[in-house]
Amino acid sequence: MMGGAFTFNHFVYLLQGMMWTVVLSALAFVLGGVAGFGVMLMRTARTRLLRQISFVFVQLVQGTPLLILLFVVYFGLGVVGIELPPLLAAGVSLMVYSSAFLGEIWRGCVESVPRTQWEASECLALTRWQTLVDVILPQAARIATPPTVGFLVQVMKSTSLASVVGFVELTRAAQVVNNSLFTPFLVFGIAGVLYFALCYPLSRWSRSLERKLNVGRRQAA
Amino acid sequence: MSAVVKLHDIHKSFGSVEVLKGVSFEIEKGEVVAIIGRSGSGKSTALRCINRLETIQSGTLEVCGHRVDDQSLDLRALRQDVGMVFQSYNLFPHLTVEQNITLAPRRVKGVPNREARALALESLQRVGLAEKIDAYPEQLSGGQQQRVAIARSLAMQPKVMLFDEVTSALDPQLTGEVLRVMETLARGGMTMAVVTHEMAFARRVANRVIFMHQGKVWETGPGDMLADPKTAELRDFISNGL
Repeated sequence: MMGGAFTFNHFVYLLQGMMWTVVLSALAFVLGGVAGFGVMLMRTARTRLLRQISFVFVQLVQGTPLLILLFVVYFGLGVVGIELPPLLAAGVSLMVYSSAFLGEIWRGCVESVPRTQWEASECLALTRWQTLVDVILPQAARIATPPTVGFLVQVMKSTSLASVVGFVELTRAAQVVNNSLFTPFLVFGIAGVLYFALCYPLSRWSRSLERKLNVGRRQAA
Repeated sequence: MSAVVKLHDIHKSFGSVEVLKGVSFEIEKGEVVAIIGRSGSGKSTALRCINRLETIQSGTLEVCGHRVDDQSLDLRALRQDVGMVFQSYNLFPHLTVEQNITLAPRRVKGVPNREARALALESLQRVGLAEKIDAYPEQLSGGQQQRVAIARSLAMQPKVMLFDEVTSALDPQLTGEVLRVMETLARGGMTMAVVTHEMAFARRVANRVIFMHQGKVWETGPGDMLADPKTAELRDFISNGL
């Protein structure tokens, strides 16, 4: 098969890899979003200890390459007898990674809602949780949407790192095809186009959300 | 008549700066008290201590039977008895006027959703804005927003209302419409503490005026005292203010 031509079957193989890229991204985003919400709650908590713990967590994750995180989860846990399948290892790593970044993005959005909104709610006898759910989060969500979607684009591209633990997503699929055909320019070019096809619509969406937000800002001021 | 708000020898510092240096005064039920004074005299801080937006360092503070200086105070019970209106309105921009008004009654007092609109309407009628029930805050003028903020506070049926420089962000015409609403409230028997720069309002509507200076109650008396100040500081404050 070495040196053969790029066929439709190769393309289908790449598309299957692309599907796994989407699955992994979705996994990272959903799990990372849930955990990130927790991180955001801890970072804005009234208890100092919770704030400190979450601060250290965020700093550790943000100061470590995702690749290292992936190695620790996949190979590190393997050494102590916890064997994770590549999808799970990659999913867990990306979840941890996303939770730190999303938690920090969302903390900023929550804190950008004026303190006086908390005060007004407090004066109406609303609890802290009621205030968060009914008053703060709806306002923070509008601010949070563009950077959140922007981060989704980054996560999607970062899933390519999962190829190093043998998970066959788009990048790994392209490597496999290239190993048999040795037409790197063509194969990786197609992989690049497929990544672009996934990310570009999201980037556009993020930008249009940003524009919409600016309109809202002008009215809210 | 018994006092519903009692401050006795209140001390409050921000860091090393002492803003309240032994403040004492009482507000009777149904009484309207205007608190005046320069910026930095501690008048807003005193007001904010009353519903525990600020905690005091020493002194005793009792509001509607709640010991506000007590650590074990039930904050939410206190806040249900004390309404507050701010200089910057602080309406919730993502909610309609109706939702702004009914959020707390629904969440805190369990008012059913089908009764909420009637409650909002009733509160809005008291501030003359019933027709704005479905508007968003950004569609209203500053004066209208402030009147909605008053309606929002009224919907919780507070026993005492605190007003923190509520007209300071408004032009004279809009100031007038807000002051008229407050005057109607006062005539209706609401217990009110009003931090204000509106001397004419203090004189005409307040049963009693408290002049604060350098973190202390400097002079106190009926509205007429503004025409005949006893202390040099109040005389100075009034002549500079005009």
